[in-house]
Amino acid sequence: MTHINQTSAAPAKSARHVIENVSRRGLFAGAGAAGAFVLMARLGPSTARAADSMHYDTGGMGMPHGMVSDPHVFISIDPSGQVTIVAHRSEMGTGSRTSLPMVVAEEMDADWSRVTVVQAPGDEPKYGNQDTDGSRSLRHFYQPMRDCGAAMRMMLEAAAAKQWGVPVSDVAAGLHEVVNKTNGKKLGYGALAVAASAMATPATDTLTFKDPATYRYIGKGNVQIVDLFNITTGRATYGADVKLPGKVYAVIARPPVVGGKVVSFDATEAMKVPGVIKVMEAKGWQPPGTKFLPLGGVAVIAKNTGSAIQGRDKLKIVWDDGPNKTYDSVAFRATLEESARNPDKVVRKLGDADAALKSAAKVVSAEYYTPHFSHATMEPPVGLVSVTKDGAEVWAPVQSPYGTREDLAKLLELPIDKVKVNVTLLGGGFGRKSKCDYVLEAGLLSKAMGVPVQVQWTREDDLQHAFYHTVAAQKIEAGVDANGKVVALKHACAAPTILSTFKAGADHLMPLEQGMGLVDLPYDVPNILALNGKADAHARIGWYRSVYNVPHGFAMQSFIAELAHELGKDPKDMLLEIIGPPRIDDMRKQLTDELWNYGEPWDTHPIDAGRLRRVAEMAAEKAGWGKTLPAGEGMGIAAHRSFVSYIATVVHVKVDGKGNISVPQVDYAVDCGFHVNPERIESQFQGAAVMGLTLAKYSAITFKDGRVEQSNYDNYPMVRIDESPKVTNVHVVPATFANHASGVGEPGVPPFAPALCNAIFAATGKRIRSLPIGNQLA
Amino acid sequence: MITLNVNGQERKVDADPSLPLLWVLRDELGMTGVKFGCGAALCGACTVHLDGEAVRSCGMLLGEVAGKKIVTIEGLDAHGNHPVQKAWRQVNVPQCGFCQAGQIMQAAALLAKTPNPSDEEIDTAMAGNICRCGCYQRIHTAVRVAATGV
Ligand code: FES
Ligand code: FES
Repeated sequence: MTHINQTSAAPAKSARHVIENVSRRGLFAGAGAAGAFVLMARLGPSTARAADSMHYDTGGMGMPHGMVSDPHVFISIDPSGQVTIVAHRSEMGTGSRTSLPMVVAEEMDADWSRVTVVQAPGDEPKYGNQDTDGSRSLRHFYQPMRDCGAAMRMMLEAAAAKQWGVPVSDVAAGLHEVVNKTNGKKLGYGALAVAASAMATPATDTLTFKDPATYRYIGKGNVQIVDLFNITTGRATYGADVKLPGKVYAVIARPPVVGGKVVSFDATEAMKVPGVIKVMEAKGWQPPGTKFLPLGGVAVIAKNTGSAIQGRDKLKIVWDDGPNKTYDSVAFRATLEESARNPDKVVRKLGDADAALKSAAKVVSAEYYTPHFSHATMEPPVGLVSVTKDGAEVWAPVQSPYGTREDLAKLLELPIDKVKVNVTLLGGGFGRKSKCDYVLEAGLLSKAMGVPVQVQWTREDDLQHAFYHTVAAQKIEAGVDANGKVVALKHACAAPTILSTFKAGADHLMPLEQGMGLVDLPYDVPNILALNGKADAHARIGWYRSVYNVPHGFAMQSFIAELAHELGKDPKDMLLEIIGPPRIDDMRKQLTDELWNYGEPWDTHPIDAGRLRRVAEMAAEKAGWGKTLPAGEGMGIAAHRSFVSYIATVVHVKVDGKGNISVPQVDYAVDCGFHVNPERIESQFQGAAVMGLTLAKYSAITFKDGRVEQSNYDNYPMVRIDESPKVTNVHVVPATFANHASGVGEPGVPPFAPALCNAIFAATGKRIRSLPIGNQLA
Repeated sequence: MITLNVNGQERKVDADPSLPLLWVLRDELGMTGVKFGCGAALCGACTVHLDGEAVRSCGMLLGEVAGKKIVTIEGLDAHGNHPVQKAWRQVNVPQCGFCQAGQIMQAAALLAKTPNPSDEEIDTAMAGNICRCGCYQRIHTAVRVAATGV
């Protein structure tokens, strides 16, 4: 198999990208450099390609194992004409399992009704990077998949020309066939399959692409997700649905305090439960710094999941709680707030904000707090592993199939080619299923038991042993001059870092976390100071849909509306004033650490205040901003760039006399650059509104005596249909290929909570500075 | 041995009567369309029909359901073309899809009793079913589409 973009020498530029653009996985695992090396040998942007107006550089080159676009890897054509396209990214609800193969089908001019999509196992050396997170699937793989389809089409055309003995210029691909332009003869893709696969794969810089005006699928929203029928009939296969002879079912009682361990246990009563096969200690590691290694505990293995759960209820375990047994969310909040008031690290400095604050005519200041969240994917973590003398095979809903494979191989001390990871559908991911601890647990148990073991996490396990979204305290101050112009903005954040999960002792935000709304805000204020305070982690901190953009976006977008109120301005006008005129805002030299631009090259994805401004204007206009609303109703606006997309949200809220919130309408303006599947973009933003409302109203994971206080949906509630936004309108900014594709899955979340809280202020005069809203309006 | 009637077939199960029906259906009988989301009758992912009523199979014990007619998503319609299923596809409801079997079973039970529900009746009937992906707007639309004919 050849990689069509193969090049032996990469220009200096891509080497720089490689260093800057390490993935979350690469960064934490230290795999970035190794991945980069492989990548440059296979897919560095050639000089010819860099000059090619039909390609641009992306951070995909810096991800472990880069990108692959070889049609031999992704496409097979059956003599019957049936086309099979490989989806190599995990499907967790964003639709990328449909959208990426659709790009291939579009560019090779295949008939979508004759396309079958198959899911790749975890195999990055073959398929390129598979880390399905960071809102990157279309952003990074749109171009390689388009190249892949174009190469296939050209090979089909070459095969037909050869068969007819005519120049290639005399033939053209049509829908699933090649036509001889001079005599109208046709050869179907099935008839050409064998000959086409023997044709030389064209080099990237010789590829020709379809005229977008002739697109059948891209940008049309007329293709339904490939799993639609199976989902609606119960036939779709998720993590716990794989039928494997001899498999047994396990649940694990994990240490109630993270970092704790088993001292002793008594399994007598558990073993009496009908269906229980075995009770055994599960090997564990004590965070921090243990990455995705299991927490350990006591495993109950049974002939079905229910019996295992019943057996676990009967266990008697003595735990050593370890050093986190005093973790208390109330006390920790005070610690974090102190740190945010006295931050010890400057992360961005433009001008002299402290001096400007001192001489300001007016200073506005506010503090914000956001708690830990848990992903609560509808499908709790679950993994099936079969370890035999020949190796290990996994069936699991994982966002990082190759990362899972690497981690399991290392843990079981197997060569990587003895481990296979099959990816099922994911019943939600949101970042949780990038961490493969549940698969590692099943691997260890299968090895011990000698049979396939499926480890099922219950909802209680999911909420109490998660990789939590960080907890954050923030303080923002603005200095305003005598003319009412904002002359200084000072923003301090204290929040435990995800790095603590990978490295014990990490207590400041990484560039990746700073770059999510602390140091990258394109604001037209002459003096800007961003600061980061020390914060220890007493729980496993992980990434949750849109990550540090949630706290940062909440604080700053709430604060701008507070400023508007203090200065007697309209909140939308205030927002536009802070964003300022259209321009590229290059703050890179103002930063202490290197700017993390979501792994993207600055040149292709610079920070564009004009785009942010435009979505704010668009959302306001579509929502009817400024219209008179009845008492108890209000609108709020927020605009935030994340995952290199520009999003603005207007929320219309009604608050009744008892403080109950309802949301009749949400308007999202979305600038995600060039896009493939607007129907799935709409569904992602409709979903983001619901997730945003859930986290704003309800979400808080709290600790007392080191233990999580929440256990299930009764005390970690989700927004339900009766309180969901009634209508979420998604207005996507039209874009051509020249507007580079950017993220969709995550960026809808950050602006929602501040837009909602700004709307609540407009409706009631009550300002929410601490999430969740809970009963603050009662 | 306990005999169940699942999707019109007699199924014999060798399990303890105290076992929740959910796990009998999933792990003993292979009806994996029935999903586990909470195990505490809080999310609706495990919804099946018991003598025509939508129930949470995680909250029913095996010993309680012998002799009753159980229908799972697999048995809702032989060809997967129940009006609710068709409406779900027409409206492109699912994101991850994990909650959808439960949502569809809940909606089918609603429409069997209330063929033309009001907006409020739809929301009330569907409020026990969580969708973490947030497909509610489309779920509501799809129930309406199913009610008015697909
Ligand atoms: S699994 Fe039964 S209601 Fe949630
Ligand atoms: S579609 Fe994912 S939980 Fe409903």
